[in-house]
Formats: sequence, structure tokens, C-alpha cells
Amino acid sequence: MTQQNTAGREALRQTLAARFRTFIEPEYVISDDETLRPYECDGLSMYCEMPLLVVLPGTVEQAQQVLKLCHQQSIPVVARGAGTGLCAGAMPHAEGVVLSMARFDRILEIDAPSRSARVQPGVRNLAISEAAAEQGLYYGPDPSSQIACTIGGNVAENSGGVHCLKYGLTVHNLLSIELLTVEGDRLTLGSQGLDACGMDLMALMTGSEGLLGIVTEVRVKLLPKPEVAQVVMAGFDSVQAAGDAVGRIIAEGIIPGGLEMMDSHAIVAAEAFAQAGYPVDAQALLLCEVDGTEEEVHEHIDAVETLFRHLGATSVRTSHSEEERARLWKGRKSAFPAVGRISPDYYCMDGTIPRGQLAHVLTEMQKMSDEYGLRVANVFHAGDGNLHPLILFDANTPGEFEKTEAFGGRILELCVEVGGCITGEHGVGIEKIRQMPVQFNDQEVAQFHRIKDAFDPQGTLNPGKGIPTLRQCQEYRSLNPRLEPNSPVAAQAHSHQEAGHG
Amino acid sequence: MADLSAQLQHQVIAARTDRRPLTIVGGNTKAFMGRSPVEEHTRLDLSGHTGILTYHPVELVLTARAGTRLTELEAALAEQNQMLSFEPPRFGPEATIGGTLACNQSGPGRPWWSSIRDQVLGIRMINGRGEHLHFGGQVMKNVAGYDVSRLQAGAMGTLGVMTEVSLKVLPKPAASRTLKLAVSADEAIGIMNRRALESRPLTAACWYQGHLYLRLSGALSAVEATLARWEGEVDDAGDAFWQQLRDQQLSLFDGEAPLWRFSVSPSAPLADLEGEWVLDWGGAQRWYRGEADKARMEAIAAAAGGQVSLYRGGDRQQEVMHALPPALQQLQLRLKEAFDPDHLFNPGRVYSWM
Repeated sequence: MTQQNTAGREALRQTLAARFRTFIEPEYVISDDETLRPYECDGLSMYCEMPLLVVLPGTVEQAQQVLKLCHQQSIPVVARGAGTGLCAGAMPHAEGVVLSMARFDRILEIDAPSRSARVQPGVRNLAISEAAAEQGLYYGPDPSSQIACTIGGNVAENSGGVHCLKYGLTVHNLLSIELLTVEGDRLTLGSQGLDACGMDLMALMTGSEGLLGIVTEVRVKLLPKPEVAQVVMAGFDSVQAAGDAVGRIIAEGIIPGGLEMMDSHAIVAAEAFAQAGYPVDAQALLLCEVDGTEEEVHEHIDAVETLFRHLGATSVRTSHSEEERARLWKGRKSAFPAVGRISPDYYCMDGTIPRGQLAHVLTEMQKMSDEYGLRVANVFHAGDGNLHPLILFDANTPGEFEKTEAFGGRILELCVEVGGCITGEHGVGIEKIRQMPVQFNDQEVAQFHRIKDAFDPQGTLNPGKGIPTLRQCQEYRSLNPRLEPNSPVAAQAHSHQEAGHG
Repeated sequence: MADLSAQLQHQVIAARTDRRPLTIVGGNTKAFMGRSPVEEHTRLDLSGHTGILTYHPVELVLTARAGTRLTELEAALAEQNQMLSFEPPRFGPEATIGGTLACNQSGPGRPWWSSIRDQVLGIRMINGRGEHLHFGGQVMKNVAGYDVSRLQAGAMGTLGVMTEVSLKVLPKPAASRTLKLAVSADEAIGIMNRRALESRPLTAACWYQGHLYLRLSGALSAVEATLARWEGEVDDAGDAFWQQLRDQQLSLFDGEAPLWRFSVSPSAPLADLEGEWVLDWGGAQRWYRGEADKARMEAIAAAAGGQVSLYRGGDRQQEVMHALPPALQQLQLRLKEAFDPDHLFNPGRVYSWM
């Protein structure tokens, strides 16, 4: 940046800060570099950018005024919750304002009779369940960051967790949302009923990564806490055998509350970290949790144990107390930090695949791992096909992050090739924007842009995220000559592959 | 089983060239829904665009062409002991999966087994430019791009012509029983909401003509333990009741009087309206028969935290959906034009201005 530009940017920053301070308490308008620094990235810290300003409004009216002002001056606005996102979706724009919703942290109402809670967007995911616990209720989606991540961010990313197969994603657990448009208009989508007339705008908003509007209030569904939950852990001597076991549980008509798989690298790392009692010599480990009424859980746990033994599990263990259940889960829940201990850095990917393709995908990934000289450990939401490969690398080795990114990109392409997608729950943000053309052709990307234009014609809400420009798509295709996605030919290739695992 | 997508695409392109609107028709069992267009438009017929494309029972995912009949899907699923968990209503054997999604139709199990909107994973659709596009996919978790698939639920075809639908399906419950007890509507609202707070295998709850019906489904042991614990007589005709409720074959649905659908908070008190009600979805979907002023019905729905629509009968030249605030109306119109710039698809079907 030239000196003149720097001076111009600083002048804009101070003028704008002064305007905001006329209606927001001065300490909540951040304009000095030192205090701005923590906002330069979200949970994916490889991507950083210093914002022009950060504002933390305390009321919807203040947020509305921020948006109106920015809209008038065509200044980009990036909404932010707790900053725990994993796709750089909340990475600031250099010429823009970060609109932090952190002060909107009140639970407005727990309505037990209708099993719903009305909360502000900055409320932490786990705080909703904690507040509802007294009534025997909880909020379903439980992303691994639930202790810190906010419900507003969950709506923006359509967050999942380990219980999605049975209890759904964020989009399945919302009743209504209130939002501000880029012009600062207030809208309510959904209702206290289970649907609303006309096209489902609430579904469209969910997972839209802050590109279409700013969520200011959320009404979520609450669920009755299951009477009891038990988990069965089983080790297998091959990924294929563990994958088959998952298919058989489903075929038995059992929908587990949680169904997680780990490969041998992840098992060893997690066991060293958590001492959960995992079989470290197994090639794959399954954790199958059944929840519900006491009778149902006993019936299904018996069936799952029998099935695992019958399918050649090398070890089977069932929790008989809450303490034991927590210990068995501890290894899985700490898998990421555990992997962090065996490598200076790790990079978490987030593709989804049809479950039947797991063994094939892991074999291909091992080949890539050898090719790139980078280790990879896998944790897998086996119930819903969401795969989290963790690529181990050292950011201090020059060029290694670039190599890691290239490896990660290849993994995502592989996920699409086998009939899956590039992101199951972390979002596209900046991180996966390069891979979007693998999943969508130019006409589809153009349709996404027309949706964006309907909400935000100037394109100032979270610019540069989520949807690639057509130019980016063309660049990608010129570097990666391959079938155009979703063309009839590609569709045929896809169904041909699928025939192999039906 | 036939793939008519190329032909459908040509018809859309031709309609665009001629600036000639289209009425999208599948099995034509839901013609009574939405507004009646003042003028007849050319029909775009999807009833021949049928067939299950992929079905992997262990993946719990099925993909079918939009004109595929629900009966065909259910037969294929039943072979694997699986089901469409949203219990789609059918007002005729010709009802299709595309029409079910477009009209967002789900049956009695909706609060517990979710809706078609919840279970849709991906679609193919032809937009108003005649482009055949693919959104979502065949996996349960997918957050790449905007959720265009679920946006279609309730749009009644106004955004485009769906040609393929991918869905999450579920295993059939091992056992299902219905409890019946005689209570007033007000008492029923209280009981339904209290029972829903328990961790018990409740999968449907409805009050009709002085009786509350509660369906329990799941592992036999859990169903039997709950039957022993909860008040009410086991109703051996329970399955027939839920089917008649789903397909609107109960006597309340007979006749010509306007049928209003309230989608409201399940715990909202019963509105002070003379006439007959059915309280389905544990209280969240309420049917009312009778002549009434729409503005008054909207006020009642709003007070109950939700919306109302004139589902069947009455004056269908007027608006039949709950009125929208101006900002939301403008946004919907801009989205409509983002998909269908020339207003080709089902003009005026959802709202007069769309």
C-alpha cells in the first residue's frame, strides 16, 4: 500500500469511527491497530486481514444504523460471532467494517410448553442447552466448538455436530429468525409454527455465510433430553469392516444418536491424549451412541453389540455409567487437539461422501499422503458421511502450508468425484472458494450470484466469500481441465461409480 | 420410467421466447391449492417424467425424477422396510414427489419425523432462463452454496421446474400403536404439549371430534412401556385414523365450506371461533372449516405466533396466503426474478403479485 493510500485509509477510518461513535458507546467502536488485531482472523488463522474498523453494537437499532451508513457509502460489512468458524468466513475485509454481534448475548425466553427458545445471536450454542436443562430440554446441534460458538454463527454456517443423523443440522432446528438486510430493513422469517407461507427464505438464509443479511434474533426448537444414552465402542481390523458395520446398523432400522469413526492415526493420537481405553492396534474404531427411552436403548444396544461381534469387531465395550460414557467420548472429542500434539500444525478438511465410498476415499487419500509426504489422520461422522481428514504439517517449514492446501484441495475434489460435496458443516468462506467450481458449473454459480443480488445488489455483505466469481471459476477450470460438474456426462460417470457400492 | 428433462427444457425455452407463461403440473392432485389463475396458461406436464434414479438403503438416500408418484416411492422403500418419514398427504394416487416438495406437504408425524423441506437433500431444476441446474446433493451434510433445494418448499413452482429430488429416508419403526382419550380441545392442547416434553416415542398427536389421538412408534419395548404409563385406550383403528387425517378424508374435510390452515405455536390457546377444528401436529397445525374474513383469521394466527392460509375452497381469485410485510414482499419478488426473470412459472399462484 502506498503512503498516500495508507493516509487515505486512516482518514476514512477515523471519519467513520467518529460517525459510529455518535450513536454507539465510544469504547465499542474499535479503530486502533492493537485492539483490532484479535479480529484479523477467525478459527482458520492461516487467513488474516486487518479490518478498517470493528463495531460492537448493543441494540438492533444501532446495528441497523451501522448497516444504513455502510450501505450509503458502499462499505463492506463482515458479521462476526465468536470467531470460531473454520473457513475464514469471518475474516475481515481490508476496506470494511467488522460487525461483531458479541454483545447480543441474552437468552430472551425459554418457552418450555412450546419447546422453543428465543435468543440473541451472540448467545453461545451450549448456553441454550444449559438454560433449558432445568426444564429437561436441550438444543440439538452440537458443533465441537459449542462451548464458544454463537447461535448467530451457527445459522450463518448451518452448523452440525455429532448428532446430525438423528437430530439434524441447524436448519432443522430453527423456528424463526429476525434479520437486518443490507439496507438495514428488519425482517422476520419463519414463525412460531413449523412453517410459513411461500418459498422457504429461512432455509435460504441458513448457511448463507453472512452474504444475505445479519441475524439479530433466533427462535430455536428445543428437544426433550433423552431418558438415557449409552455408547458402544468397537475396534475393527479394517476400515472396510467398520464401514460395513455402520451400514448394517442402519439396515437394522436403528438410527443412533451419534455414530463416529476414527482411523488408526486418530485412534493412537486420541488414546495418548485422553486415555479413553481405545484399542491402539485397531485400524478403525466406531463409537455408536443410542439414546431415547430406557427400553429402546437397551433393545438397540443389545442389537448393536451383537452386530459388531458378528461382523468381526476385534474389541467391543459398552458404557454402563455416565462416567464411562464420557470417557469413551473423551477420546473422540479431543481428537483434534490430540492430533495437534503429534504435529506442529494440522489442517482440518470437511468433505462429505456417500458412506459406501469411505474405504475407497481413504485408500486414495493414503496415496496422496505418500505423494505429498504429509501424514493424514481421519475422524468421520460415519452416520452422515461427513469426513474430517486432518493433514499434519509444520507451518515453519517454508512451502509446507501451500503443499498442505494443495493436498486438501485434492481431497475435496475426490469427495465430489465420489458423489459427495466439498463442505459438510464448516462452510466455504474464503478457504474453499477455489473448490466451488468442482461442485458447481458456471450456470449454477451465476444463479447463486443472482440470489445474492436479490438481497445485496452492491455486494457489500461479506464480499469475496462463499461464492466464487465466474472469473475465478474459469481460472480454476483452465488449471484443472476436467469434466464440467453436473453436465449430463459427469452425471453418468457419477451414477456409474455409484453402481459399485449399492 | 422416462427422462423428459430435455423436452421440458425445450418447452421452457420456447415459452420464454414467446413470453408465454406456464402452469407446472405433476399428478394434478393439488390443483385446488394456491390461487386460481384468472387465465389459463399452457401446461408443462411432468407426470411422464418419472423413475427412481438411485436408492441406497444403507445410505438412507433416494433420488427420483420429480414426476415419480409417491406410491411408487413408497413401494420401493417398503421393500427395504423404509419410508418417507414426512408422511406426504395424497389427494389422489397420482400425487408426485415434485408436487409434494413444491407445496411443502407433510403429514401427521411432521413435528417428530420432520417435513419434506427438512428431508430434501438436493434437486435439479430448470430456471426461467431454460438452464437445467443442480443444487445440493445426495449426502446429508452439504453447506456449499445457498440452499436452493429447501427454498423450493412452499414456492409452488414459482421459482422453476423441479426435475429431480434427492431425499433422506428413514427406517420404518418396529412398532406403532395409538392411544385415544376423550378430552376437550383445550385440554388436548395442554396434554399434547406436556407429552411432547417427555422423552417417549411420540410420533403424532391430534385432537378431533372430542378425542385426543397419540401415536407411539419405535422399538416395541419402548412403545409398550409408554402405553402402560400413559392415559388412554389403545385404538386398534389408529393406523386408519392417521391415514385419513393425512389425506383429509375425515368427515370434517367433506363439503364445500372454506378450509383454513393455521400454522401456529403448538401451545397457543384455541382461538375463539365458532365452528369445528382439527388440531394436528401436536397443536402446531390447526384446521378450521367455515366462512370467515381473511384479515380476521390473520389476526388470530398472528396472536398464536403463526400464519394462516385459505387451504381449500372460498374465493381463490383473492389472496389465499398470509399477507406479507412490504419489505418481505419486495424481497420475494426480487428472488422470483432472480430465478424467473420473465415470470413464466405459475404466475399468481402463491400471491397475486408473484
